[in-house]
Amino acid sequence: MTSWLLVMPIAVPFATAVIAYLIRHSVAGRYVSLAGSVLSLVASIALLMAVLDQGVVAAQMSNWDAPFGITLVADYLGVVMVVITAITGLATAIYALGEIPERLEKLGYHALFQTLIAGVTGAFLTGDLFNLYVWFEVMLISSFGLLVLGGTREQLDAGIKYVALNLVSTLVFLSGIGLLYGVTGTLNMADLAGAVAEVEDQGLITVIAMMFMVGFGVKAGVFPLFFWLPASYHTPSFAVSAVFAGLLTKVGVYALMRMFTLVFVGDVGFTHEILIWVSAATMLVGVLGAAAQSDFRKILSFHIISQIGYMTLGLALYTPLALMGGVFYLVHHIIVKANLFLVAGVARLQAGHTDLYRIGGLYKSSPFLAALFIVPAFSLAGFPPLSGFWAKYLIVKAAIELDAWVIAFVALFVGLLTIFSMTKIWGMAFWKPHPDGIDPTPDRAPARIRVPMMIPIVGLAAMTVVIGFFPEPFVQFAEIAAMQLLDPSDYVTTVLGAQR
Amino acid sequence: MESLTALIVGILVAASVYLMLARNFVRFLFGLILLSNAANLVIFASGRMTPGAPALVPYGADAPLGVVGNALPQALVLTAIVIGFGLLAFTLALAFEAYRRLQTMDTDKMRLAEPEESDEDITK
Repeated sequence: MTSWLLVMPIAVPFATAVIAYLIRHSVAGRYVSLAGSVLSLVASIALLMAVLDQGVVAAQMSNWDAPFGITLVADYLGVVMVVITAITGLATAIYALGEIPERLEKLGYHALFQTLIAGVTGAFLTGDLFNLYVWFEVMLISSFGLLVLGGTREQLDAGIKYVALNLVSTLVFLSGIGLLYGVTGTLNMADLAGAVAEVEDQGLITVIAMMFMVGFGVKAGVFPLFFWLPASYHTPSFAVSAVFAGLLTKVGVYALMRMFTLVFVGDVGFTHEILIWVSAATMLVGVLGAAAQSDFRKILSFHIISQIGYMTLGLALYTPLALMGGVFYLVHHIIVKANLFLVAGVARLQAGHTDLYRIGGLYKSSPFLAALFIVPAFSLAGFPPLSGFWAKYLIVKAAIELDAWVIAFVALFVGLLTIFSMTKIWGMAFWKPHPDGIDPTPDRAPARIRVPMMIPIVGLAAMTVVIGFFPEPFVQFAEIAAMQLLDPSDYVTTVLGAQR
Repeated sequence: MESLTALIVGILVAASVYLMLARNFVRFLFGLILLSNAANLVIFASGRMTPGAPALVPYGADAPLGVVGNALPQALVLTAIVIGFGLLAFTLALAFEAYRRLQTMDTDKMRLAEPEESDEDITK
């Protein structure tokens, strides 16, 4: 029974992708994609219920016992990522009904999109390192397709950089897997937790740990490995960039969190110390990069990098409170960042561009959209009582408790600069009059395009507000997730003793 | 045998880094192919190289007889080769399309998605 629960969140989007591809020439394709996304959400909530009930859920595929077969496993962190992936998937599937033109649908947009969701979900659920590599590749190849779908010159240019740097990181990760197998003889993550500690030459493990850090670091977009991100995220359709912004870098962060709490904990003083300063530099460089930009999506792209720094900082500080903050931040950020990209799409639709110098007047003509921008924007900057405030509060408090004053100061200072960027978008896109004298009212777009684009924005903004006003259950959830990460004995025994 | 493989991996990585530092994207691609092969060799070697027979179970037996090679890394390498092939095929097609549309393979000239800031933008 549990094995079905674990398989469904991956199998549903895959099946949807196949059907959507076969009927890509018909308009029914988009509704199949939407139905698939709803089913994925149902499947992942069923899994969430099982995890809340049992703590950790694991299953062996094809009747091969751990550590020899492929394990699927969901603990608190894994399952919350699966649920949030399904939520983001559903939001962008609705958004795509309005935004994605028939031309792209015929090229197989929905099939690629669902494959991407399947790949991301698989990465969150797998308990096997090589299987993680395979999910990374599923995710990569579909994201390549989505990024260049439509084939404008900007997209091809961005695609070259995105593809090249991501492939290099994948190869570093793959070599790391090979070396880790060479010294431990296992690839099961739960089994590795014990096997790594028994290796005589711990220096070798640290070297391999650094290879993983580089490989996942590129995916996560940490300093100094983030250059592919601002080069590409502003070129595809808005639905695509929202999924990318929300989910793809977070898979890298998740993989870092998993490996550096479960496997590479032998030399925390070295590996996590590096991660602390990498995080600080990521936060600062990201936010400063954003300050120099004047394009809606480019500003948001640099802010992804800056926010990734907070999440990796939660991991790097490596205390219960910090990890709890990191998990909370991860969830909050996916909702907020995907939503901001979706808002950017509506702003483009109404005002005609994403370059902030060429748009304006949105506040006057569509105050509702302005209000929906304010919620995620100020949540991102960490204003109480929105979700971002609690996320930042936990991380900064964890840093202060460790007497890491410099880090705490950087985190707060970056929050301040985030407000600067958000007010810049607010002032230029919403407040100042439109430079071409157009009145960018919502009526400029037909309702059949605008309404599906607004629904997910309202939904995600509502979630941000709910998490902000009632953080208690979410914080408790993050606390248990952090406990499971710091003491993986439950994870290990469930996987290695899992009944098939 | 392992040290020879290690040497080959080293040479492959060195050559691929040299190629990937070039401005020409085609050279970068060749570097990527070499790096991909180096990674595959690493996995292969990590399974230890034994002069054993193929890991086949004879008819009627429960386990292979005698010394057999480690089959797992071979399965892993096979998977990695197939995936790598798919990705490289995509990248090659992308590079060709980019060359057709952008009329250049010089990565320094690929600035469409990130145009250089002009002075005008700053003063506005």
